[in-house]
Amino acid sequence: MSSRESTLKATAAPDLASPAPAPRRVILREPLLRAVVPVLLIVVWQLVSSLGLASEFVLPAPASVLAAYHELWQSGDLQDALKISLARAAVGLLIGGGAGLLLGVAAGLSKSAERGFDTVLQMVRTIPFIALVPIFVVWFGIGEVSKIALIVGAAISPMYLSTYHAIRGIDPKLLELGRTFRLSRAHQIRLIILPTALPGILVGVRYSAAIALLALVAAEQINASAGIGYILNNANQFQRTDIIIAGILVYAVLGIGVDALLRFIERKVLVWRAAHV
Amino acid sequence: MSELAYQTEHEAAPVVARLSGIRKRYGENTVLDNVDLTVRKGEVVALVGPSGTGKTTVLRMLAGLESASGGRTEVTGNTSVVFQEPRLIQALRVWKNVLLDDSLKPNARERALTALQDVGLEEKLESWPVSLSGGQAQRVAVARALYRRPDLMLLDEPFSALDAFTRRSIQSLVLKLWAKYRFGVVIVTHDLDEALLLADRIVILSKGRICHETHVDLARERDVTSPEFNALKRDLLRQFSLSLS
Repeated sequence: MSSRESTLKATAAPDLASPAPAPRRVILREPLLRAVVPVLLIVVWQLVSSLGLASEFVLPAPASVLAAYHELWQSGDLQDALKISLARAAVGLLIGGGAGLLLGVAAGLSKSAERGFDTVLQMVRTIPFIALVPIFVVWFGIGEVSKIALIVGAAISPMYLSTYHAIRGIDPKLLELGRTFRLSRAHQIRLIILPTALPGILVGVRYSAAIALLALVAAEQINASAGIGYILNNANQFQRTDIIIAGILVYAVLGIGVDALLRFIERKVLVWRAAHV
Repeated sequence: MSELAYQTEHEAAPVVARLSGIRKRYGENTVLDNVDLTVRKGEVVALVGPSGTGKTTVLRMLAGLESASGGRTEVTGNTSVVFQEPRLIQALRVWKNVLLDDSLKPNARERALTALQDVGLEEKLESWPVSLSGGQAQRVAVARALYRRPDLMLLDEPFSALDAFTRRSIQSLVLKLWAKYRFGVVIVTHDLDEALLLADRIVILSKGRICHETHVDLARERDVTSPEFNALKRDLLRQFSLSLS
């Protein structure tokens, strides 16, 4: 009994002296846990290749894909393609997201604006953007314009919907506050409506960014002469499965990276939600 | 204090709000019927009565949030409202909530600080509303109302969501501020103790009509356990049951 007590004390004592390690362990464990499944998948993938369960043509080994990256990087193709693809997505997202934001704010603030274009945007929303590819090629050709137009078209409605709902969802009691203290309309918008709607608007940014990347992939199937899609098309013609997989993984990493970046921005901008200062 | 003495004391003060012959209908439903109410600067008026008798509607009319279907509403000077909920904007720091203005007039921050000092929350100047307790949030709402330098302070059951201890401390805070700034106060409450603690005059509303008015002739700070307090309370309760029959 006494020995058990002493061991208890012995283990308890350092914890009391230094309570810091506990939270650090939690912080370390989180990313480790997240990495478990992806790492397992790569191990299985390598095993499948090493054991000859799939031919190198059907499923090249992770090492071959790495070699493909090396090759693309050395030639500078990957860097150029990334720049071009990211620029397409960014321009499309900026125009589409910006338009969605403006329309959403307008429809959220004004009933007549909502009556004016909500129905049209709700209709546009139900069209899968991929279905627009053929008509955009007819209208805008096979150059950059049709690619960016496709991304714009895809990014516009998630931003519009999120912004509109974020504004319409504001507690009417808060809006009444503005009337009570006789704030001008501009002040009500700047101080009450936009800050309160911001979390919802940022969700819209994330949706729009995700769908802009999807639209990017679809857009780059249209006769791309540069960008990640161009690398994929070329690899397809030369039957370089390793490069195809490398290109697909670039899209995946772009998706995760953009989402992580936006989450980070969200945390920075919305300090007031979790702050206990 | 006799009726006459009360009148002479308060007659000198300017009228900050006057409702005369106010009627309010929502469709077929008459919420207020021929309500007259005068509030002078420095006077505390409590509106009491069972729920659904139009107390809050009277207050919202004084605040300019609701229009009457008939009668005259005159409100002179600034009005400020403290609602039942704090209604703080979560995305703005405490001092910006007090200001509700981003045009940043000179020394706006200092004035916000003064208002927060008045409610004893100067150390929360830079805090986010999410970090405040219920009582603190309601005190910020009081500071926001004070910042507007009101001639008439409208309180819509402002303490009913707070626990008993916090409620008491905010009630005496409001009395202290009233003594300092001497604005007129209209407080809507269903708590007779609260009405008797704070008010110079208690107005009982029932079924949309004013059915009784009492002047509270007790020195402040009042003691809820004193025999005079309880005699008045008994009297009010009798009026209450009369008003319901």
